[in-house]
Amino acid sequence: MLAILDYKAGNLTSVKRALDYLSIPCTITADAQVIAGCEGLIFPGVGAAGSAMAYLGRSGLKEIMAHEIAAGKPLLGICLGCQILLEYSPENDTTTLGLIPGRCDIFTPDLTEEDGSPINIPHMGWNTVTLRKECPLFDGISTESEFYFVHSYYPNPAPEYVIGTTYYGREFCSVHGRDGLWSAQFHPEKSGRPGLKMLSNFYAYCREAANAQ
Amino acid sequence: MLSKRIIPCLDVRNGKLTKGVKFEGNVDIGDPVETAKRYYEEGADEIVFYDITASHEGRGIMLKVVEAVASQIFIPFSVGGGISTVADMRDVLLAGAEKISVNSAAVKTPHIITEGAEAFGSQCIVVGMDVLRVPASEAIPSGYEIVIHGGRKHMGIDALWWAREVERLGAGELCVNSIDADGTKDGYELTLTRLIADSVRIPVIASGGAGNPQHMVDAVTEGRASAALIASIVHYGEYTVTDLKNYMADKGVKVRRIW
Repeated sequence: MLAILDYKAGNLTSVKRALDYLSIPCTITADAQVIAGCEGLIFPGVGAAGSAMAYLGRSGLKEIMAHEIAAGKPLLGICLGCQILLEYSPENDTTTLGLIPGRCDIFTPDLTEEDGSPINIPHMGWNTVTLRKECPLFDGISTESEFYFVHSYYPNPAPEYVIGTTYYGREFCSVHGRDGLWSAQFHPEKSGRPGLKMLSNFYAYCREAANAQ
Repeated sequence: MLSKRIIPCLDVRNGKLTKGVKFEGNVDIGDPVETAKRYYEEGADEIVFYDITASHEGRGIMLKVVEAVASQIFIPFSVGGGISTVADMRDVLLAGAEKISVNSAAVKTPHIITEGAEAFGSQCIVVGMDVLRVPASEAIPSGYEIVIHGGRKHMGIDALWWAREVERLGAGELCVNSIDADGTKDGYELTLTRLIADSVRIPVIASGGAGNPQHMVDAVTEGRASAALIASIVHYGEYTVTDLKNYMADKGVKVRRIW
């Protein structure tokens, strides 16, 4: 069972629908006991860093997440979830969870695409991810696959945590983390078959990790 | 680099896929969920549903369609038509859509753009604008006017001014539909598309007039659009979405090739 962490930020149901489609058992929850009983956590989110952090603090989810991660439970952050696992976001000048070293930055309007045209902000649409190191989430996924992005801020973690990068006006980190604690800036639940495969890979990893304990 | 998006648009009436003939009379041409699924399988990058049902009952049916689509299709999709309040937006988003498209409601009550953006984020709010070419005047300096009701009602608003205003109000994306080009199959209104795309920082979707794959190439090169909306070119089996993307890729346009 996967726990989709419920912190009232954005479209949790789209992640649930994708997991339902894949027949992966899951529940949307903020309950410590339910979360403790799950094999892995998904930390999704659409919205703003400031209000998300305020809710995470108020609801106790911040402590629950820190506890579960320290205990080695796998977690997959998505979009805003990916950003607030870092230490700081200039969005609402917010101190974020700090579970991965680094910060967020914003796309600036002076950036241009590879063909010289000025970039649109937000970065909205399909783009590729170049893997900088191996990651089991991408097992069986073609390197030419594209993923669906919608964001104006991008993660900028410490270099050793960069897993995948994407080009949009500049190269930025689109997948970060370490074994068992991964995040994607894009939305796997909205990225067609490659995205669904990534969610299946995460669940497979969670099952293995749970069985190994 | 970001891929250019191909977005089939499905008109839905009472839960059925329909095709209007220049806003006069409609024929049902299939099931929206099955059709959307087919386009998803063929590589559509996004899907737009436009609810042309006016009635209250129709809205309930549309939400069922949205839910069915959301459980089977894992690309973004938006829903437009008849959305005029934040509550309408919430219903559609909770049913599983990523984005809401507002058109005439945005013209009549522009604050809905800001309210929607504040409640759900700018990325959710697409503003559709129907545009008609008119003689340039003091009121309409660009020579493009905003119209509603399929072009029957002139609003006296300059389209270029409106595009910038809509961006300022918090829209995340603009869908620029040329009433002159719509239904002609002669190609998108490239001058209009480029005028708007060069004047805002949010992505612009070109709409109206697609008749062959080259038109789509033109929309995203000459027209500088981020995406091209298509309808009849795929609804009647003339082309598949895959055909269109292959053609665009052959012409050097970056499109998503693996799905």
